[in-house]
Formats: sequence, structure tokens, C-alpha cells
Amino acid sequence: MRRFARLYTALDETTATGEKIAALADYFRAADAADAAWAVHFLTGRRPKRLVSSVRLAAWAADAAVIPAWLFEESHAAVGDLAETITLLLPDTGQSSERSLAYWVEERLLPLRGQDDEVQRREMVRAWQELDRRERFVWNKLITGAFRVGASSASVARALAQASGVAEGAIAHRLMGGWEPTAEFFSRLIAPDVRDTDVSRPYPFFLAYPLEVAPDQLGPPSEWIAEWKWDGIRAQLIRRAGRTFLWSRGEELLSGRFPEVEEAGGLLPDGTVLDGELLPWVGGRPLPFAQMQRRIGRKVLGKRILEEVPVILVAYDLLEEAGEDLRALPLNERRERLATLLDRTSSAGRLTVSPPVSAEDWAAIADARLQARDRGAEGLMLKRLAGAYGVGRRKGEWWKWKVEPYRVDAVLMYAQAGSGRRAGLFTDYTFGVWDREVLVPFAKAYSGLTDEEIRRVDAFVRRNTVDKHGPVRVVKPVQVFELAFEGIQSSTRHKSGVAVRFPRMLRWRTDKRPEEADSLDTVRALLTPP
Amino acid sequence: MTLLRLTERGLYCEAGGFFVDPWGAVDRAVVTHAHGDHVAWGSAGYLTSAEGRDVLQSRLPSDARVTGLPYGEARSLNGVRVSLHPAGHILGSSQVRLELGGEVWVVSGDYKTDPDPTTTPFETVRCHTFVTESTFGLPVYRWPPQAEVLGDINAWWRANQASGKASLLYGYALGKAQRLLAGLDPDIGPIYTHGAVERMTSVYRAAGVRMPPTIHAGSAARDTDWSRAIVVAPPSADGSTWTRRFGHHATGFASGWMLVRGARRGRSLDRGFALSDHVDWPSLMATVEATGAERVWVTHGFTAPVVRWLRERGLDAQVVQTRFEGDVDDEAARPEEAPA
Repeated sequence: MRRFARLYTALDETTATGEKIAALADYFRAADAADAAWAVHFLTGRRPKRLVSSVRLAAWAADAAVIPAWLFEESHAAVGDLAETITLLLPDTGQSSERSLAYWVEERLLPLRGQDDEVQRREMVRAWQELDRRERFVWNKLITGAFRVGASSASVARALAQASGVAEGAIAHRLMGGWEPTAEFFSRLIAPDVRDTDVSRPYPFFLAYPLEVAPDQLGPPSEWIAEWKWDGIRAQLIRRAGRTFLWSRGEELLSGRFPEVEEAGGLLPDGTVLDGELLPWVGGRPLPFAQMQRRIGRKVLGKRILEEVPVILVAYDLLEEAGEDLRALPLNERRERLATLLDRTSSAGRLTVSPPVSAEDWAAIADARLQARDRGAEGLMLKRLAGAYGVGRRKGEWWKWKVEPYRVDAVLMYAQAGSGRRAGLFTDYTFGVWDREVLVPFAKAYSGLTDEEIRRVDAFVRRNTVDKHGPVRVVKPVQVFELAFEGIQSSTRHKSGVAVRFPRMLRWRTDKRPEEADSLDTVRALLTPP
Repeated sequence: MTLLRLTERGLYCEAGGFFVDPWGAVDRAVVTHAHGDHVAWGSAGYLTSAEGRDVLQSRLPSDARVTGLPYGEARSLNGVRVSLHPAGHILGSSQVRLELGGEVWVVSGDYKTDPDPTTTPFETVRCHTFVTESTFGLPVYRWPPQAEVLGDINAWWRANQASGKASLLYGYALGKAQRLLAGLDPDIGPIYTHGAVERMTSVYRAAGVRMPPTIHAGSAARDTDWSRAIVVAPPSADGSTWTRRFGHHATGFASGWMLVRGARRGRSLDRGFALSDHVDWPSLMATVEATGAERVWVTHGFTAPVVRWLRERGLDAQVVQTRFEGDVDDEAARPEEAPA
């Protein structure tokens, strides 16, 4: 535990990706395979199912720290993280543990499952006594989940590649999908023979950066393809060994959620992997994302919802054909093969190629972008035709070029404290617009301000609270913010009658008085028929 | 009997005709220490500790009338016996003891009980009513031993040197910066200071506090090699263009708030060092007990939990809403910005 706690501390103490990767690589070089497997498991965001309820954990920690429950709650509110609160409150015993990470997980943590309260309590207290502060923090993190230390899966893959000499792409691929954190898995993970056999495993998704320059700086438009940037669920559809798998970008297996797409996937030849977007599709265009959310929210998909919100896969790319990994081929060749393949597959429109936006020059492409919203798209994707399909988010080959967001000036009405790195700061805001003389809340936003601005807004909230409802502060309605959002829908669930998508703060309009903020009528005017 | 009451301009002693740390101009101000949130300009006369006289004078217009009173020496103000006692917060920081007709009140100002070579150690003063700060008034705040933290800072400096990086160490310009300087090991490499830190450090030196040799970073040659250096600067310098001159560098911040991970991550700092000039929870509670006070007024910080905890222990405790909240040296005044 000591070594893993030290790794955690090293990762936590630097913001430089290079240093994080070096610390990880050092750890993997020296770690026992069983430990390393668990380390990969936790660092890539996997976690054991909640073994102990937070409420009980808090109660036992308060007991062990000899403080009343209310004071534990006050402390938790100030620290913002349960694992850290417990770590800080418990007395130091002067002990530290030489035992391995695998021991702590397999012999101490997992056996807690299903035990009665008293046994769990006794085991937790015993563990807290045997560990020093750093180790105790890591242990608590393992128990409570949310093991975030600023190391992405890509960093872990890169560190494993450095430590083992195996290509990063192969490791990233092996990290996708389902696996068990065993010594045996770890040996396979860094095995030099990269012909892998797991039939369900998706490829790491290639992701785009927002376009930072004028498109004409990308070179001649003939070297690029423009596609609509759809707002659905990015997914890979895999057909191998007579089985079909549908994976989301969040590495979640979507089995049973989109039966019509999986059924169509069954028509593909073995050894095929498509990359595309799951979209609710009616009459040649997507339905609003809110419709998709209706489906996502349901455990059982009735006949009615399948009819009202039919989903298809709009394919962008072909990553594997006849069992062969095509990612190194140029995009234009992959797309040609994709078109030929889907032409031959009679999927009744459930698998279709995302149409290119044909245009002669950058000006025409820019014009097309302005029509994205009418097409139900978020903007354009620009992809280099000669480019390979990369791993993770890389600059240069793919760019996303979204349409300009909607903008509205709104008044800060309520604030709530954040969690994690924003703990103790008022960072979550509700904004309102004017309905005649009254402010009506219409959007919540958490992002877009600099740390410095957050501190200033926080100070404002503290000094201008006029009422409190639980954790929510009602503030004097005087601060105006320019909000941006991507989409707008009418809604019966919201007081304002509208629901907006991806709202965030663009600017703090300290130059504006609250009465200069926008009205609900202005906002409603943005509603376009779906 | 109430020796003090809270007014629009701060804690006022009616019998003595003076204010303690008023936040506006008054006739007579007794000042616990020279941090911006405890000092207002424009008062006709200031009384502070003899040790802190020059520090306070340096933070006020040059014509301000500042009188220094040695620790422990009493003076009668309209019949109220007033004396100042070391608070251990920064150079010259005091607790104010007021006595009238056998009734004793003590205003703590900001204080700490941990050792600090740059200031006279805190002294417990018995009283009936104790007015205490509560900046870190939650049991999560328990300071690691100071020597350990200073050891971490020196080790961090060495490690940065080894990878060719300058070390930018942030701490409040008055008090924290000098405590850091006193704890740095000058054998590791050159120590540079931001102008605001250098100014206050010279006041400390003049008062006879031992400081290692420092160089004002602003006066350093253009081609200075910063890779072996540590630079002590106020936190407001973080992210400013001023830091560009140091090239490749690591940032650290010394403050009690840094005990909590989220506070450090919120500032995107490389390292946080939990070094505070305020009492932590155990010291706060031990101090309240040692004063023997039956009544406790709790000011700036986590006032509500401290009051509730003390009440559950049978004390007559209440929240007093003062405006002490942050060092005016640093732009944004919120708890994280308080001199910690």
C-alpha cells in the first residue's frame, strides 16, 4: 500500500503530464503484476461496487474521531470529499503498511461485501489504524470510489508502453472494454505479441480538438472532408465471431439498449468494426437530443418508444474489415470501403454513412456550417483525407468546428457549493431572465469562469446572500453573465418553459446592470420548430 | 458587564473610549496586528505593541500617530486597564487585555500557538470573556509539525533544482513570507524575493529578526540563472506576467488551506504546504480552555461550528460578525485569501 500511496501522492503533486507518466512508468516497472493490475484498474477509473454506504462510513469515522455527527457534516462540507474528510479527522497512529495493494484490495476490501454492519465497522476501524495518512486516504478513496488523480487512461497506456516497450496503441486497445484486474491480465496487457483475440473489444476512439484557426489555414480544402457533427452517442458497432457488440465512447457496453442497431449489426460480415453516432432518426433527420434522453432513461424499451424514437447508427468510419485493423489506412480509403460495405448490407436504413458536406472551397464549407442547426447537427467535423485513425485526442488530423452557440445575458439568482477541487467554493449557479418584472430561473451553469473569477463570484455570494434553502444560497440579483448554450427545447418540466443544452458562462458582464439582462420572450424566440 | 460591544465600525470599548481593530477611522484604535483586514487608515491615534510598532507604521500613511506599548505593560485608557500580550501570529501581533472593576476581557486578534522564530511566542492570558478568531475552526484542521513542513519545502526546492526548475513559493507578504524565509536552508541556493516581500522583510530585519540573505528579484540581472533559486512572493503574483522571467518553474503555496487537497487543486498549484499562522482546531480548543473564560465570542472563520461545540461543553459562546476576513494585500477577499 505504501508504494501505491506514494504513486498517488506523486501523481497528485504535479500538474505536468510528462511527470505523471514518468511516475506511473516507474511504478509499473517495479510493481508486482497483481498490484499493477489493480493499479491500472483504479487509475483507469474502474471501481469496486460500493461496498459500504457513505452514511455508515461517516458515522463510523465520526465515532473513531470522537466528534458528533453534525461536526463531521460541517467538516465534510468544508473539505468536499468524504475520503479526505475521514483521512483528516482520524488520529494518526504512527503505523504504516508494507503489505501489497493486491493484499489490501483482495484480502481486506473485497471481503467487506455482504458483511453485516458490525463486521464492516470493525474492519474499517482496523484498516484506519494500520495505515498512515497517505495510505488511509488512498484506502478511503478505494472504498468511496471517485478515484480521480488527473491521470487519464491515455497517460496510463503511455506509461505502460514506456515501462514494457509494447506499442501504446496495442495497450490502449487492450485496456478497452471488459477485463478482470488479475496478474494474468496484466501479463497479457504488456505481452509483446500484439495479435489479440478478444472478440468484444473496441478500438480506442479517435477524438477531435476544437478548430483554433481559420479553416483556410488548414491547407487546400481538397485535402479535407467535412461532415456534419452529430449530437448523439458516439459508438462502435462490432461484429466478430458471429456476435454483435455496441460500445459507447465512455467504454460502456450498450447491449440491449439499441436493439434495432444491434439487429442491423448482425447483418455485417464477421470481423467488422464501425465507428459512428447513435441518433434518433425520423424522416431523414435527427430528433432533438431530449428524445434520445427519453430512451436512455428507460430500463425497459416498450414498443411505443421504439416507434416514436427509432435509433440508427450514422457511420463515420470503418476500423476493421474482414478481421483486419484498418486504422493505419488513409481516411478516404476507409470511407470508400465503408460505403461499399454498407451498400451491400440491407439494413433498412439503420446503418448509414454520414454524408460528406460537399463544397468547393472553404467559404462554401463555412456557409454549410451555418446550416448545421437546421440539419439537426452541432456543426462540422473537418478530417484530413490522408489521415490515419489515431488514439485519443490528438491535434492535426481531425477538428470539430461547431456552430456559434446561442448567447443570452442572464442574472445570477442562486449559488451552490461545488465538490472536489471546487469544494467550499460557490461554483454552481442558477441564472434567470426577465418575465416582465420577475426573474425566472432558466439555466444552470458550472463552467466557463477562470479560477480567479470563481473566487470573486464566491466572495460576492458570501456577502450578498439574502436567503438560504439547504445548500442553495439565494443572492441579490445584480450580477449579469453572458451564457452560451448549444440547443434549446420547449419543456414542461422547467418553470421557464425551455430547456437548454450545454449551458456555460462565456463572460461576467460587470458592465451590465441586471435590468439590461435578456427577457424570457427573447429566449423563447430562439425556439425553432424541431 | 460588557466591556466591548460590536458597532458599525467594529469592537468598541465604551468605558475606555477606544476601538479594537476598527474597520473605519476612529479617535483611538488599539490594533492587534498590521494585516490589512485589522487596520483601517485615518484614525487619530493607534496603539499597538512596541514590537509591532514599525510594522504597523510601515502600513499606514507616514503621518499616522502610532504608539508602541511593550508586551505586558499596562496603560489606563479612561480608567480601563489595557495591556498587550503576544499572539504569535506575526511580528508584533498582540492579544488585547481589558480590565475594569475586576472584569477581564481578552481579544485574541489572529493567533497561533505553534513555534515561530520570527515572532514572540503566544502567551495564555486568563480572562472572563475571550474573543477568539476561528479561521480554521473545524477538526479537519490539525497542523503537521512545522519542522516537517519546512523540511518538505526545502526538499521540494532541492528536487526542483535537480530538474532545472526555479521554485516559486507563495506566502503572504507580511508574516508568512518571513516565517518561510527563516525556515529556508540558504545552503541549497540563492533566495530571491518579490518587492512586497522584500519591503516587509527589511522591516523584520530592522526589528532584529534573523533573516537569511535575500535578493530582490526585480533588481536581478536579466540573464540571471533562476534554475537553482527559490523565489518568495505573495500569492497574488501567481499567474501574473511577473512570473514569466523565471522560465521553467514549479509553484508552491504555504497556507493552512493547503491541508485540503481541493483548495490546492482549485488554484492549479504544483504543491501546497500546510503551514499556517492561525491556530488549528486542537490548539483553538486548548487555548479557550486555558484562558478559563466562561464567555467566548467567536469571530471570523468557522464561527458556527466553534460556537456550537463550545456551547455543547457548557460555555456561553456566541458568534460576533466582524469584518475581519482577508488580507487587503491580496485582491480577492475570501477565506482562502485570509493570511493563513
